[in-house]
Amino acid sequence: MSLVNFTTREITCKIVYYGPGRSGKTTNLQYIYGRVPDDRRGRMVSLATQTDRTLFFDFLPLELGSISGFTTRFQLYTVPGQVYYNATRKLVLQGADGVVFVADSQARQLEENVESLQNLQENLLAQGADARGMPLVLQYNKQDLPQDLVLSPKELDDALNFWSVPSFSAAALAGTGVFETLKAASEQVLRKLSQEEPV
Amino acid sequence: MTEELNPKFSFETLVVGAANRLAVTAARTVAESPGAAYNPLFVYSPTGLGKTHLLMAIGQLAKQLAPESRVEYITIDEFVEAHHAAVAAGQSEALRSRYAQIDILLVDDVQFLTHRREMQAELLRIVQELQTAGKQVVLTSDSPPSEIEDLDERLLSRFDAGLLVDIGPPDAETRLAILMRRTEDRGAQFGEGVLDAVARFEVPNVRELLGLLNKLVAYQAVSESPITPAAAHELLAGEVRTQAPMTTGPAPALTAMGEPVAEPEEERPDEFADFLSDVAHTVEEQVEAWRSKLGEAITRWEAEGFRTGRLERLLDQDVPVSLDRVLKQFEKDVEQLRSMQATMAKLDPERAEDPVFNDPDSLDEVDHLVQTVLHEVGPPPGPSAAWELASFVDGEANKVAHNSAQEVVTQPGVRYNPLVLAGPTGVGKTHLLHAIGHELAARPEAVVACLSAQQLIDELVQAIDGERIDLWRTRYRRATAFLLDDAHLLAGKERTQEEVFHLFNELFDAQRQLVFTTAKAPREVEGLDERLVSRLEGGLVVNMESPDRELRRAIVVRKLQEDVGAADDELADYLAARPADSIRSVIGLLQRVMVAADAQGAAPSAALAREMVEGAAPARPRVSAPVRTSGIMISPSGGVKSREKMVWFWPDPAQRVIEEMT
Repeated sequence: MSLVNFTTREITCKIVYYGPGRSGKTTNLQYIYGRVPDDRRGRMVSLATQTDRTLFFDFLPLELGSISGFTTRFQLYTVPGQVYYNATRKLVLQGADGVVFVADSQARQLEENVESLQNLQENLLAQGADARGMPLVLQYNKQDLPQDLVLSPKELDDALNFWSVPSFSAAALAGTGVFETLKAASEQVLRKLSQEEPV
Repeated sequence: MTEELNPKFSFETLVVGAANRLAVTAARTVAESPGAAYNPLFVYSPTGLGKTHLLMAIGQLAKQLAPESRVEYITIDEFVEAHHAAVAAGQSEALRSRYAQIDILLVDDVQFLTHRREMQAELLRIVQELQTAGKQVVLTSDSPPSEIEDLDERLLSRFDAGLLVDIGPPDAETRLAILMRRTEDRGAQFGEGVLDAVARFEVPNVRELLGLLNKLVAYQAVSESPITPAAAHELLAGEVRTQAPMTTGPAPALTAMGEPVAEPEEERPDEFADFLSDVAHTVEEQVEAWRSKLGEAITRWEAEGFRTGRLERLLDQDVPVSLDRVLKQFEKDVEQLRSMQATMAKLDPERAEDPVFNDPDSLDEVDHLVQTVLHEVGPPPGPSAAWELASFVDGEANKVAHNSAQEVVTQPGVRYNPLVLAGPTGVGKTHLLHAIGHELAARPEAVVACLSAQQLIDELVQAIDGERIDLWRTRYRRATAFLLDDAHLLAGKERTQEEVFHLFNELFDAQRQLVFTTAKAPREVEGLDERLVSRLEGGLVVNMESPDRELRRAIVVRKLQEDVGAADDELADYLAARPADSIRSVIGLLQRVMVAADAQGAAPSAALAREMVEGAAPARPRVSAPVRTSGIMISPSGGVKSREKMVWFWPDPAQRVIEEMT
């Protein structure tokens, strides 16, 4: 997938929200969806089970209009977090320009976070991409839960952020940290613009 | 990018009243100690109340106090215009660095930033940068920042962090003071009470107040008697706009009970707009980086003397191109130009000065020029036509070599590369080598270099001596096939080996055929550099052995047929039965028989051969001398019939010379 097309003057960024089940990836997208003016957003496609778990993936296209002469589009995806949907995760991850890893800050979810992060790395490697080269940010979601249930951002950084990428505290339900995360991810993706040449 | 500061607009000419006292004090402070007190200072008021005056007054005073300081006054319109012009010229970095050098930046009419997200981001960047560097920023607007529609949250918070002051409309006293000051400035005079009457009009701003004064001045100039207060009131009453009580700034709304109205639900900051502004800023930076990178490349290549028309044309176009690719191609073309120029410099230094060598858009022309000159220089030594593949006689001892040679001729550079023919002297290596060369030379556009190692060494020595080593190299690097006879002679010749090594690599990489002959397998040749050995061994090394009886016979038969027209079976059998370690000695013996027969006027026969060979002292096995060998022939009668020196290696080994010794 071509990030920047100089001929048609288009910039298309695919950002994938990754993370364990119930960490709040879809909530992130829903919050963003809610803040985007009608004319800028496409239909949010969400395929969920009856119990509100993402079955396939969510897809939110954002039309950012013309920026410096480039028609700019963002495509936000989530992957299903449940372990057994790895095939779907791989599929969604294909051609991603950046990844937001949404971690569940609850202490008892730490292992799921680690597993999901490892799974992300494996899936990236399987596609010939390296997590180190991929624009990546971490989001420590659910920081609004009682302090005795959650790990602090510092503890989560120690446990998860071994690539030293930007990390953000968030409470996606209330919207806290959602746009900060998206901004950081977008910026990283766009900064690669000048390094990567289109095909 | 800026207007000059208007000297009329100074603190001295500014009338201070209750409505603008705070703003003027803050402005003075800022001018006296820029960057230290209120940064940024944001002054807002409806139009015509002296914002621009205040800005310019700050600039004047600051200049007076510190003449070396850099003060820039700019309106938002100019700011936008300058930015667009810079972007179009690919100079946005230069513009930014210019802003970065300013000590006091005075920005007028910030309200015009509304809905200009890109420009807001740009201004934010500049303000941030100046603030960080301890430089002063003063801005004005017709409304407080929070009321400027669609203003970036980050700009808002930055303005809020400085000092926000408003200028209210002047009260009656201030209006009077202004009128008196201006009347004096104009050298006009009015009767008592006239200016009072004018000051009573509640005009919304100073500009309109001065408009009234102008009208009054004009009227008085044409009237014969001095104007009276009543006349002034009457004259101007129709001019004054009905004006709502003049208030500025967001005064807290009060209910009839004097309590603040419940604020509407707090508007959440527009997170998406922020996000958009962020993205826009990043994209713009990246796209602009494109132009400045291109600009740098042009400057660089121009400085190196190359024509950059191709790149300059890109600057003119709006659509950014895939810059890295373009620059890489340009660099590649420049490299090619340089390499061709270097080649040309060796061939013809004068022509290498041609300006066409500085134009990457004229590669074809340059290439043609170089090829023409190269053609004039001449090809490397080629194979001898005397040896043909068709005349090569094969047998068990050299069958593999013969087959490989045929493969090489069919698929040069592909099948066996390099092909190394190893074997003692006189087994047909040179024949095969030249035969291959001969066949390869028949291909279209072939340049076959075929020579002996000794010749190569001699040429190299001459080239070094004449300082034409580059030309020498160029000559061989053109070759589509390189065939080197007696490569073992390179042993100990380090410089030549070095050259052959590089030549080998270059030709090999270009899939050109390489063929070598050596006296032994390369690994067994002492004094041959390991890197050369490994390259030679990396191809196909074929051993050519001493001819067996069958091969010897076939050679004799072929030779007799060629020279005499018919083969004498008995003679062929006899000669084939003689032990011989090389084809050359078989032919040598046959030739001596033929010469003797010729001398006797008879056909060569087995009997004659037997008489020559067996009647003489047993022939010593021929020493495989690389250059020449001698033999003394004894006649059957015991006397010395003749003494001959056989010279095997002569410039053209196809011709053997028999020299009579006296």
